[in-house]
Amino acid sequence: MNAKQKRNLARILIAAAWLIALNFVEISGVERFLLYLIPYLVVGYDILLKALHGLKNLRGLDESLLMTIATLGAMALAIYEDGDYTEAIAVMLFYQIGEWFQSYAVGKSRKNISELMDIRPDYANVETADGLEQVDPDDVEVGTVIIVQPGEKIPIDGVIVAGNSTLNTVALTGESLPREVSEGAEVISGCININGVLKIRTTKEFGESTASKILELVEDASSRKSKSENFITKFARIYTPVVVACAVALAIIPPIFSGDWATWIYRALIFLVISCPCALVISIPLSFFAGIGGASREGILIKGSNFLETLSKVKTVVLDKTGTLTQGNFDVEAVHSKNLNFNAEKLLHLAAHVERYSTHPIANSLRKAYPNERDDCTIEGVEEIAGRGIRAKINGQIICVGNEKFMDEVGAIWKPCYKVGTIIHVAVDGEYAGHVVISDALKTHAKEAVADMKNSGVENIFMLTGDSEKIAAKVAEELGIKNYRSELLPADKVTEFEKILSASSGKVAFVGDGINDAPVLSRADVGIAMGALGSDAAIEAADVVLMDDDPRKISKAIKIARKCLAIVKQNICLAIGVKILCLILGAIGLANMWAAIFADVGVMIIAVLNAIRTLITPK
Amino acid sequence: MKKTYKIDVDCANCANLMEVETKKTAGVKDAVVNFMTLKMKVEFEDDVDAKEVMERVRTNCKKVEKDCEIYF
Repeated sequence: MNAKQKRNLARILIAAAWLIALNFVEISGVERFLLYLIPYLVVGYDILLKALHGLKNLRGLDESLLMTIATLGAMALAIYEDGDYTEAIAVMLFYQIGEWFQSYAVGKSRKNISELMDIRPDYANVETADGLEQVDPDDVEVGTVIIVQPGEKIPIDGVIVAGNSTLNTVALTGESLPREVSEGAEVISGCININGVLKIRTTKEFGESTASKILELVEDASSRKSKSENFITKFARIYTPVVVACAVALAIIPPIFSGDWATWIYRALIFLVISCPCALVISIPLSFFAGIGGASREGILIKGSNFLETLSKVKTVVLDKTGTLTQGNFDVEAVHSKNLNFNAEKLLHLAAHVERYSTHPIANSLRKAYPNERDDCTIEGVEEIAGRGIRAKINGQIICVGNEKFMDEVGAIWKPCYKVGTIIHVAVDGEYAGHVVISDALKTHAKEAVADMKNSGVENIFMLTGDSEKIAAKVAEELGIKNYRSELLPADKVTEFEKILSASSGKVAFVGDGINDAPVLSRADVGIAMGALGSDAAIEAADVVLMDDDPRKISKAIKIARKCLAIVKQNICLAIGVKILCLILGAIGLANMWAAIFADVGVMIIAVLNAIRTLITPK
Repeated sequence: MKKTYKIDVDCANCANLMEVETKKTAGVKDAVVNFMTLKMKVEFEDDVDAKEVMERVRTNCKKVEKDCEIYF
């Protein structure tokens, strides 16, 4: 509770106590009025001042003015009728209780969510001539060596130059297993250093570091408003004037015919009390905010309320295979020599040379399998042929490394392999030398993830891959995915995805690892990037970022979105429904001021409590 | 040019009103007020002095919501 909340709570309590006490006092006339005026002013003076201020600035219908008119009107009626001021004061009192509760609840969830995302580093330790100095991380230049002591957060992304430690990444990824790091490892900001002292050379500025990026992303998220929020903003804009117009009509038209001014003015005042749109205006953004906050605790970053909304309507999920369902770490599984002039080692040696400059995951695995690749062989004229492979001249011989199509083109008579995996063929001067089998293991939870998605109401699951039909079929079968498309070039993925997009009725999500699928990510209704920590391109292109690479998070994100949107719908129906019901009952004389107070404050409290439920993420 | 400012305001509806007023202020191209994070993102027109514009924004916002504050 901040100072203002404490003060307002005190005002509410004093006024309430006074009001209760007055019930036991027998008094009438002017003294009675004055005694009742005290609690009214105690609890409502700021509203009266605000109303005046609004009038002065020609603000028209604001909440304070409406409340002022409603309560002053009820007071006047009470003077005229029976001297029962309780209702008028209760309206003001409960209005303030509602305001107080709203401010408390919002403050509480704000605090909750900022605690969840407690990754903002406050300082960085820089070594100077007179020991360690704490500086603002914003002032640390790229390439500076910073020291991170046990228990501290890594403030800026960088590379460890000295020291070993274990890092707690739970605030970043939701993954509770600590990570071991040692010299040479890249580390990202926001992790907590558990035991050893680390010396880190920074590779980014603070503003470009992971922690800053993630915070910016989460904080910006609720600024991208969803359709429901825009609907409510527009609704609130017309709702209040319409209800006020009805109130005026109610106060004037019926009494012209029937007389009985007091009754109709009382009913009009009920309208004014109900005319405040607070319950809607606060509970809808609060639901989204809490939904996004709850998701980020699970390591799921959602870039906007609008994406949360789309995510809840996802009926089709399209998955990239490599890096999403499989680990994306290709390993050389076997080397089969098919030519007596080249033994297995020589074959691998040549293949690794040809792939020296390629950044493709397969090239990496070939180089990994042949670690001393940089020897004194001469490599010239490296040429990459899209969808085929790479050609290069090594020690004067033309070496072609690639798929079957490539072999056919250079006239090498290739032999199929009995193993399932990516088969990289090698031809030397047009003569077939043999092949290397590279395979990529499934992620541990991939199968479970697919089943989860089916259970959470995703109707269609597609898998897209650039890999061969044989591998795709094997992976799809293991995971229980019926629809897959194989042998796609990066450009084909977009076309294939567009076909799926136009054929499906609900929203379509695409999940990829952000490596060469950025065009598809941005084409999808919601693009989900996976294991994206440290990959700026993926964070940029995606709408939802899964911080670790666990595919089970996909269905979790969908579940969170569904729950959040269900709560939003409940709140909209509840608030609008109760208000309209009370308006109707009020107009025909079946609802009194207390019902109006419930429609205003009671509904708001229920809606806010309901909204806070979104913080609890579904299992 | 885009800048983010910390704000202080009590109710969600007032935050919406502040957004409307800020958008109307001369020198402001676009603005988003985020009640949940209590932040205001302002995109300025070219060649304006952000500080000067923000003075006007503050005055306009105070007209609609007396208790609001913008920190810059």
